[in-house]
Amino acid sequence: MAQTAGSTVAEILGADPQALLDSWLQAQLSAPTARTDLITESELRQQSGEFLNLLRNAARGGSLDVQAPEWSQVRELLARVSRGRALQGFSPSETATFVLSLKQPLFARLRSGLAGDPERLMDAVWSATTLLDGLALYTTELFQQSREDVIYRQQQELLELSTPVVKLWEGVVAVPLIGTLDSARTQVVMENLLQRIVETGASMAIIDITGVPTVDTLVAQHLIKTVAAARLMGAECIISGIRPQIAQTIVHLGVELHGASTKATLADAIAMALRVTGWKVVRAEKR
Amino acid sequence: MTVSRSDVRPIRTEAEVVAARQAVRSWAVEMKFSLIDQTKLVTAASELARNALNYGGGGQMRMEILERSPRQGLRLTFEDQGPGIADVEQALRDGFTTGSGMGLGLGGSRRLVDEFEIHSAPGEGTRVTVVKWR
Repeated sequence: MAQTAGSTVAEILGADPQALLDSWLQAQLSAPTARTDLITESELRQQSGEFLNLLRNAARGGSLDVQAPEWSQVRELLARVSRGRALQGFSPSETATFVLSLKQPLFARLRSGLAGDPERLMDAVWSATTLLDGLALYTTELFQQSREDVIYRQQQELLELSTPVVKLWEGVVAVPLIGTLDSARTQVVMENLLQRIVETGASMAIIDITGVPTVDTLVAQHLIKTVAAARLMGAECIISGIRPQIAQTIVHLGVELHGASTKATLADAIAMALRVTGWKVVRAEKR
Repeated sequence: MTVSRSDVRPIRTEAEVVAARQAVRSWAVEMKFSLIDQTKLVTAASELARNALNYGGGGQMRMEILERSPRQGLRLTFEDQGPGIADVEQALRDGFTTGSGMGLGLGGSRRLVDEFEIHSAPGEGTRVTVVKWR
């Protein structure tokens, strides 16, 4: 074979690049997956132009293996594009379509360029399609990776903000629990609570579970352990935010919250804590 | 009695226990269960799903809406392929556990639902079926 399929593709990419870019852009903008709400036409033109340039340069090397070193610039560009799109809110298929939509204009050119030589045409189409599929898969992979990075960061942020222990009054601290209490989070809550009890010298600790949707035996066990640890530090615990449905469920489960007083609302718990610590709240004026 | 809708959820990780529980909650809300019954169902689902994960090495939960005019019920079936339970009566007794829990999950969930059925034998895994009628 005088000419490899790879160099045929490179040749087709090299002939009249401006027209190819125009027809590709046309295909991208008219596709149902076009997201003109997320990306401007000029930005898309710039990305597409840059991609075609790098693709042409890389294909000239003769190898169509996207993992080869001469394709590193193309991979870098795609990495940038797909990270950007992950953040802009594109879906994975919309991101992969960026590369896949090049097939139609490219194949049209191959067909008109190699009309008289069906065998070479088949070879060229096969290598072009393998190449673009490889690059599209690569964008999907990176897209997923950037999503996973975002999820990991959010998980870390969530863990950090999940457990603020606040000082309510002289000798009274409170911790509002929100969401699902798994073992890792309970551990963080318990450590923070005990730490604050030491720092503030609190004798009352209020654990508010208004924001905990389900109190099952595991959550109850976590609560009981936290209460027991706080008592060892010399602080009495009040568990507040026990809604009627939670109260019934706890009774049916057969769980007993030993060692802690319980209150329906945080306000009740504060009133009780103040009373126990010897404070009296009096309204200054009659309204 | 007919099944008008069904779905299967995997229970292989702690996160999937939470997801299964949320699915039960959203179905119970759609079926217009009272807040108390929603909470009971979700709590029972949480216990049984966690049992399947912790003691059965993971499994699945089947959710089915039962139609028995004029009533509607939600049936949950938890299945695992774990070691199974040798003495089911003992396992249902409050305070009995082979792990580090409180030993209230199985007996507690029986008290939270209207119908409760458990099939288990050593080496054959465990299947727990619960129904709550509205």
